[in-house]
Amino acid sequence: MTEQEKKAPYLDKRSSRRTFIKNSGLTVGGVVLGGALGTLLGKDSTTQTHETGVHSTATAVNFNQALMYFDKAQFDTIDAAAEQIFPKSDVGPGAKELLVTYYIDHQLAGSWGLNSKEYMSAPFYPAEATSLFGHQTHLNRQQIFNLGIEALNSEAAKKYKAKFSEITEEEQVAILQAFEAGEVTLNGAVTSTYFFTLLKSATIEGAYADPLYGGNKDMAGWKMKNFPGHQMSYANIIEKDEFVKIEPTSLNSQHNH
Amino acid sequence: MAKKLPKTDIVLAGVGWTGGIIAAELTKKGYKVVGLERGKERKTEDYLMVHDELRYQQRNEMMQDLSKETLTVRHDRSKRALPYRQHGSFLIGDGVGGSGEHWNGLTYRFFPYDFEIYSKTVERYGKDKIPADMPLQDWGITYNELVPYFEKFEAMAGISGETNPHPEVPEVKYPTVPLKETPSMKMFKEASKNLGYHPYIAPAATLSESYTNPDGISRAACQYCGFCERFGCEYGAKASPVVTVLPVAKETGNFEVRTHCVVRKVLHTNGKATGVLYVDTRTGEEYIQEADVVVVSAYALNNIRILLNSQLGSPYNPESGTGVIGKNYAYQMTSAASTGFFKEKEFNLYAGTGSLAGVIDDFNGDNFDHTDMNFLHGGNIALGHYGKRPISNNSVPKGTPTWGKEFKDESIYWANRNLSVGSQGSVMPNKENYIDLDPTYKDQFGDPLLRMTFNYKENERNQQKYIRNITTKILEEMGADIINSPGDQGDWDTTKYQTTHNTGGVIMGADPKTSALNNYLQMWDCENVFVPGASAFPHNSGMNPTGTVGALAYRAAEGIEKYLKSGGSLV
Repeated sequence: MTEQEKKAPYLDKRSSRRTFIKNSGLTVGGVVLGGALGTLLGKDSTTQTHETGVHSTATAVNFNQALMYFDKAQFDTIDAAAEQIFPKSDVGPGAKELLVTYYIDHQLAGSWGLNSKEYMSAPFYPAEATSLFGHQTHLNRQQIFNLGIEALNSEAAKKYKAKFSEITEEEQVAILQAFEAGEVTLNGAVTSTYFFTLLKSATIEGAYADPLYGGNKDMAGWKMKNFPGHQMSYANIIEKDEFVKIEPTSLNSQHNH
Repeated sequence: MAKKLPKTDIVLAGVGWTGGIIAAELTKKGYKVVGLERGKERKTEDYLMVHDELRYQQRNEMMQDLSKETLTVRHDRSKRALPYRQHGSFLIGDGVGGSGEHWNGLTYRFFPYDFEIYSKTVERYGKDKIPADMPLQDWGITYNELVPYFEKFEAMAGISGETNPHPEVPEVKYPTVPLKETPSMKMFKEASKNLGYHPYIAPAATLSESYTNPDGISRAACQYCGFCERFGCEYGAKASPVVTVLPVAKETGNFEVRTHCVVRKVLHTNGKATGVLYVDTRTGEEYIQEADVVVVSAYALNNIRILLNSQLGSPYNPESGTGVIGKNYAYQMTSAASTGFFKEKEFNLYAGTGSLAGVIDDFNGDNFDHTDMNFLHGGNIALGHYGKRPISNNSVPKGTPTWGKEFKDESIYWANRNLSVGSQGSVMPNKENYIDLDPTYKDQFGDPLLRMTFNYKENERNQQKYIRNITTKILEEMGADIINSPGDQGDWDTTKYQTTHNTGGVIMGADPKTSALNNYLQMWDCENVFVPGASAFPHNSGMNPTGTVGALAYRAAEGIEKYLKSGGSLV
């Protein structure tokens, strides 16, 4: 029995693979289809057992915990802000433990940070665009984060004479609320509200995206929400009345090793 | 200087559902078809890593690269249009299969009322029922005439479903049994029945059982993996061009697809097209592909753009109401949804499939008396079980903060305890909702972008007020402990995803003065150009459009064959 089958109480353990093949109609002829499905089935009993990096011991190094974009001070600022947006609570870990800031750092370093698949041609009219028209600034997300981080720290310095990461949680929340309400000036090309919205959505993504992106450490975000991650099939539970709790697996389990 | 390529019978600008259907039908008949596709090649194996919410849902992996081409948007003619810089309100797909790869698979037939909406409205309520600024039009074809084409599409895709029990809706027999019913769908069904409505399981292109279609194409049953809309299907269970019509066309040896090739314009002289001008974006080289028939088979919006940039057909003028290209742009409305929170029940919401839903049509089309209503048409009402994913599923009762500890704990507590009853509200045409070319912004080749002028009008806002009460009432009857009821429909929000059901702009009809196409989707002004797709819809109904798009594509395929045999205008 594979690890996957042990973890999947919803499957009839002895016949799961056979039933699956039958349901998916692989034996029927016709034009060649279901190539990916064939590959999935072929790998089923071997790849699902691997979950490298997830069952690592406490002393193992996570090589992903290094910076691609932020400097240390920027990292600390965002780490503190993200923790206020998604804090540790009785329900489970917060942004810090989930490594959300590493996720944001890595995203900013790539196409998301550079808005590379978005229309960034001039002219720009940030002043006349309401929020219903979204991104209307010439600034990319790297630049918006730079401005936002600077402003978080200057607000903290102005009000509390310290860095944002050093003030109390209540003080951090108060500053973030002012950002959300658009009460802080970044510059004429972008509002604090827009920066806050970006930071908030990136924080949620970092908590719940597949761990391959650097956040959602050990799938703890998914575990809190009872989300099973990457699974082959729910055909046998879709009609079930009771809630079926499934141990999550990530895309790492799908990839060849 | 563009390089001229040897002439072919038919050239397609876009290889999605409509291009794929036309390719399959005509290559089977022995015609040579060249398909030009802006995006990349696609195959089922591409989706081995598809269960990735960030890449496919948040980052829109399967959608058009907007840095190369987008459109501009505004609410009315008095404003400057601003670029749609990021994907938001709708998602334009690209790549082989087009939006037919990332769709949900809900496959309805528009109602008999839809195709004769003007005549039937006047007949039942009189002319005065139609507002002066609503250019409501019959489609130039009736439901009964379209039935054989609906059947072709449903048989090809293997649609799973059951008959709609509403007495006003014609009976349909689907090739495969309905999808499985979840506990929440059963609750919806029971509550709707108690209220006197007519619930049924939505017709689905995600197969309920393995199926072999009339072309001999076999596909597997859906596994309810919960990654459907915005995603491709690794099982081939969701009908898409890549797993249905395209292999059939390729098998004939008469079909050639050229990927990474962007059609810039249709070339024409003296009212006849000679071919298309396109760019191979890998080499940067320009080509002219000559053809006897040009099929503009891109996404609805891109169809409009290709015609306007080709100076084919007369552009619509909102001032005078004359001209046709860009006229009757319509959309849909999703703001009547209510969300219910259930303390005692946890649902397996991570499971599902893109077209798994319980639906009622009691408040759709003209299935209810509009005599005392301050709007026309309506919308379907549905409880979908599409698979909820954790980044985007953060429903919390109204009044909960949107971030911080309380938000976190509440969003986690309710993650598997919330159900939405939504509606796809129809949008009627308005003379001020239209598409033309933007005067300022350009694409990667320097061609003008489209400019969309759109907002929800009185008819839609009134409809939303009426429908939202029903979605709330159904959740009450289902026993929800807390219900979030929606407020009024505001101005169109271009950033928030609503629906990718953009329609109109190259509409069909019986009169060349008020429509661009006849009922074979053949251009009145250019007899060897056919323009299938939702761009042909004179208005948008209250349900998913692909079933109707598919039927019209089969109709167009028949028209193209007729034209290649006998020439001339087919109507």
